[in-house]
Amino acid sequence: MQSEPILRVEGVSKSFPGVKALDNIDFEVYPGEVVALIGENGAGKSTLMKILAGAYTRDSGQIYLRGKPVELMNPFHAQQMGISIIYQEFNLSPTQTVAANIFVSREPRQKGLGRFFGFVDRRRMEAEAAKLLKVVGAQAQPDAIIRSLSVAARQQVEIAKALSVDASVIIMDEPTSALGDDEVKFLFQNMRELKAQGRGIVFITHRLEEIFEVADRIIVFRDGQRVGTLSIAEATTEKIIALMVGRVMDEIFHKEQVEIGEPVLEVRGLSAYGLVEDVSFTLRRGEILGISGLVGAGRTEMVQLLFGAVPKDSGEILVDGKPVDITSPESAMRAGLGLVPEDRANQGLVLLLSVRNNTTMPTLDRLSHYGWVDRKAVDAAATDYVTRLSVRTPSLDQKCMYLSGGNQQKVVVAKWLLSNPKVLILDEPTRGIDVGAKAEIHALMSALAKQGMGVIMISSEMPEILGMSDRILVMHEGRMAGILDRKDATQEKIMAYATGQTVEGSIPA
Amino acid sequence: MSQMTAQESSKGQAAAPWWRRAFRGQELGILLVLIGMIVIFSLLNNRFLTPVNLTNIMLNFSWTAIAAFGATMVIITAGIDLSAGSVMALAGLAAAMLLSPDHSTLLGPEGEASAAVIVLAVAVGLLIGALCGLINGLLITIARLPPFIATLGMLQIARGICYGWSQGWPVQYLPQNFMILGRHNFAIGSFNLPLPSVIMLVLGIIAWLFLTRTVWGYRIFAIGGNMQAARLSGINTMRTQTMVYTIAGLLAGAGGVLLTARLGVAAPTAAIGYELDVIAAVVVGGTSTSGGEGSILGTLIGAAIMGVLRTGLNLIGVEAYWLPSAQGLIIIGAITLDQWFKRRRGQRGGLSRMFAGWLGRSA
Repeated sequence: MQSEPILRVEGVSKSFPGVKALDNIDFEVYPGEVVALIGENGAGKSTLMKILAGAYTRDSGQIYLRGKPVELMNPFHAQQMGISIIYQEFNLSPTQTVAANIFVSREPRQKGLGRFFGFVDRRRMEAEAAKLLKVVGAQAQPDAIIRSLSVAARQQVEIAKALSVDASVIIMDEPTSALGDDEVKFLFQNMRELKAQGRGIVFITHRLEEIFEVADRIIVFRDGQRVGTLSIAEATTEKIIALMVGRVMDEIFHKEQVEIGEPVLEVRGLSAYGLVEDVSFTLRRGEILGISGLVGAGRTEMVQLLFGAVPKDSGEILVDGKPVDITSPESAMRAGLGLVPEDRANQGLVLLLSVRNNTTMPTLDRLSHYGWVDRKAVDAAATDYVTRLSVRTPSLDQKCMYLSGGNQQKVVVAKWLLSNPKVLILDEPTRGIDVGAKAEIHALMSALAKQGMGVIMISSEMPEILGMSDRILVMHEGRMAGILDRKDATQEKIMAYATGQTVEGSIPA
Repeated sequence: MSQMTAQESSKGQAAAPWWRRAFRGQELGILLVLIGMIVIFSLLNNRFLTPVNLTNIMLNFSWTAIAAFGATMVIITAGIDLSAGSVMALAGLAAAMLLSPDHSTLLGPEGEASAAVIVLAVAVGLLIGALCGLINGLLITIARLPPFIATLGMLQIARGICYGWSQGWPVQYLPQNFMILGRHNFAIGSFNLPLPSVIMLVLGIIAWLFLTRTVWGYRIFAIGGNMQAARLSGINTMRTQTMVYTIAGLLAGAGGVLLTARLGVAAPTAAIGYELDVIAAVVVGGTSTSGGEGSILGTLIGAAIMGVLRTGLNLIGVEAYWLPSAQGLIIIGAITLDQWFKRRRGQRGGLSRMFAGWLGRSA
C-alpha cells in the first residue's frame, strides 16, 4: 500500500507467567482496508486486541496512531484516540436503551438549569442515535431496550457506537459467530461502507471462507508471532492453514501403546438446541479420544451435556452397551462418568475447603455408614490418592486455594479417580499448569487408559491432541466436523475440519 | 522424597497439642470478646457473676440459639432465612391451639392435658416449623427464588396466619404439664439449669455433629463454598438446600414451642424481629454470609454475646431503650474485628508466598 498506516504496532511483546503471549509483533492497519487477523487458539490475537484497547499494558514495543507514538492508558482512552473494539460478548448495558448505550458517558446535557442538575437531553440523544442507526442500516429504535434486541441488532448498535466516537480503526472480534447468513451479508455490506469512508477495519474470524469475501489483506499469527501476510489475491485456503499450523513438533508425550478393548461409551445424536448438534461417537476401553476445535466450537458444551451438567434436548448415551439416563452430574457419576472441568477454580474445586474434603467429595457415600462420615476412611482414601498423584501440599487440611494450578488440577483428577469411573473426561487438563505437572498428567492419562479406562480429552493445544489421542474428534460450530485416526491425523487436516473446510481423502462424520 | 507428603505432615499435625489446635480455631476471636464482656460486666456490677444471673442469661438466649443453629446451616450455604421469627410464633401458636381450653377439644374437664396430647401438640408445632422451612426450600430450589425473597414472603405469610388463626388474641391458659417444658430447672450445685438451656445444648451438640461428621454436613459446606463445583462433583444441590431450609424451619419451630411453654401464652405478636437476633447470633459467631464457612460453636458463642450484652447493660443501669443501639454496635464491631483478623492472616500468607517467590527467582 502506498498510503501511511492509520495504526502501526512495532515490536510489541507481552508475557504472562509461563507464556510469551506476544513476541515482538508488528502489525499495521491502512485506511480503507479490511485486514483479517487469524490464528489458532492462543496465537495472541486476543492479547494484541486487549493491548490496543488499553486493557493490557505491553511489556515492550511501540504503538503509532497516524504516525505519532501513543500510550493507550485504558479502554476509554483508546476509544477517545479513535480505536473502537467490538467484542464477541458485546459491551452493552442490557437494561438500558440503544441511545443510552451509544452515548454512554458522553450523554448530551439539557440546556439551562437542567444542565446544572445534570439532566440528560433525551430528545437530542435519541435523535442523534437515530441518525447513526440509519447510517448502519439498523432497524432498532433509539429507545429500544438492548435486552430485547437480537444479536445482529446489538452488533449494529456497537457499530453505531464506534461511528459516534468517529473511530478510525474498528476491531471486530469474531463478529459473525452468532449471526445468520443474511445478517452476515448485511454486516459485510456495512464493513465495505466503513471501509469506503476511509476507516481501517481489523476482522478476527475463525471462518476462512468469510475472509475471501470481505478482507483485503490477511495477517496470520502463531504462538505469539506474526508468521505471514498474504494479499487476498495470492491467498488460498491451503496457504492460510499451512501458515496457521506450521510448527515443529518437538514435545515428547507419555503415550503408551495400549490394547483397545470393547466399547465403554456410546453417544448417539447428542444435541442441545443452539449449543451442540447431533454428536455421535464410540469410545473404547483403553482409548484416549481427543476433542479438538477452535474456541467456541462447542467442545466444552458437548462434554458438559454428556455429563448432565447442561440439559440435553435429544440423544442417547450407552455405558458398557447399556442405555443410561443422564439428567444430572449425580446420575452421570452413577453411570460411571467423571468430569475434570475446564475451569478448575470455579467448577472443579471448592477452593475454601481442604484437600481432604475436595478429594473425597464425590465418594462420600462410599466413605460413610448411614450418613456418618468414616473419617479414618476419608483420611486413608485422600492420603492414598494425594500420594499416588504426588500432590504437593503441606497437609490434607490445606485449603485448595493455596495450591498451585498443577496441584489443584491433580486434586480434581484425584477426586474422580477415587470414584473409579469407567470414563474420565478431561476438559483442557493442562491449561495454565507448569511443564512438569503437565507431563505428570499426560503420564497419568496413559496409565489410566492402560488400566482399561476410556479417556476423553479436550485440548486447544495441537501438539497435545496429536501426541496423546488414539482418535481425534474435531468440532466446528457445535457439530462434529470429522473423526481422524491417530495415524491419519495431521495439524493441517485438523485445522481444515476446525475451520469448516471439507477434507479430501477422509470421511467427514 | 523432596516434597512433604500428606502422610508425614498429618502425623506432624497430630503431634501438636490440643490447645494449639484450639487456638487456631476461628471461634477464638469471639470467645475472647465474650470473656472480655463477662469480665467487664462483673467488674461493674457484683451481681453479674452469680449463678442466678448466669442461668437467667442462658435461659434468655436459648430459643434464639436453637433457631440460630438452623440459620447457621442456611447461611453456610450462602443463603438467608428471614422467616425464623414468624415461624417460631406460628409453631408456638399451633402447639398452644391444641392445648388451650378456649380452642382445643382434646383436654380433660379441668383443662388438663394427657401426656399424649402434650406430645401431639409439640410434634404439630415442630412439623409446622419444618413445613414452613420445606416450603422455603422448594421456593428456592424449584421456583428458583432468591432466598432473601422466598423467606421474606414466608415471614409475612406465617405472621399473617398467626393473626388470622388467633383473631389477634393471645392463646392462653395452657396446661401446667406443658409449661414445665419451659420452666423446669435441673439443680446442679448452686446452679439451677433451665430445661430450655439443656435442650439448647443437646440440640447444639446434635447440630454440630450433623454439620461436621455426616455426609450432609460435608455437602452443606461444599455447596456453600462453590455451588457449581459441588454440583459437578455429583452432589444433589437442590435436595441439600431443601433439607437445610427444612431443618432451619424445624429448629425455629422447636425454639417457638419452648418460648410458648416458658411464657405460658402464645401471642400472635410473639417473636417479632427475632429473625434479626437469630441472624445476628450467627454472623457474630463468625459464619460468613458469603457461604462455605461457619460453625455451631461460633453461633452458640454469638448468641451468648448478645444475651450477656442484654442482661449486662440492664444490670449496670443502662436504660433498655438504648439496647438496640448497643446490639448494633456489637454486630458491627465483632465482624469488623473478625474481618481484620482474617485479612491479617491472609496478608501474612501472601507476604510469605511473595517472599518465597522472590527467593525462587534469585536462586
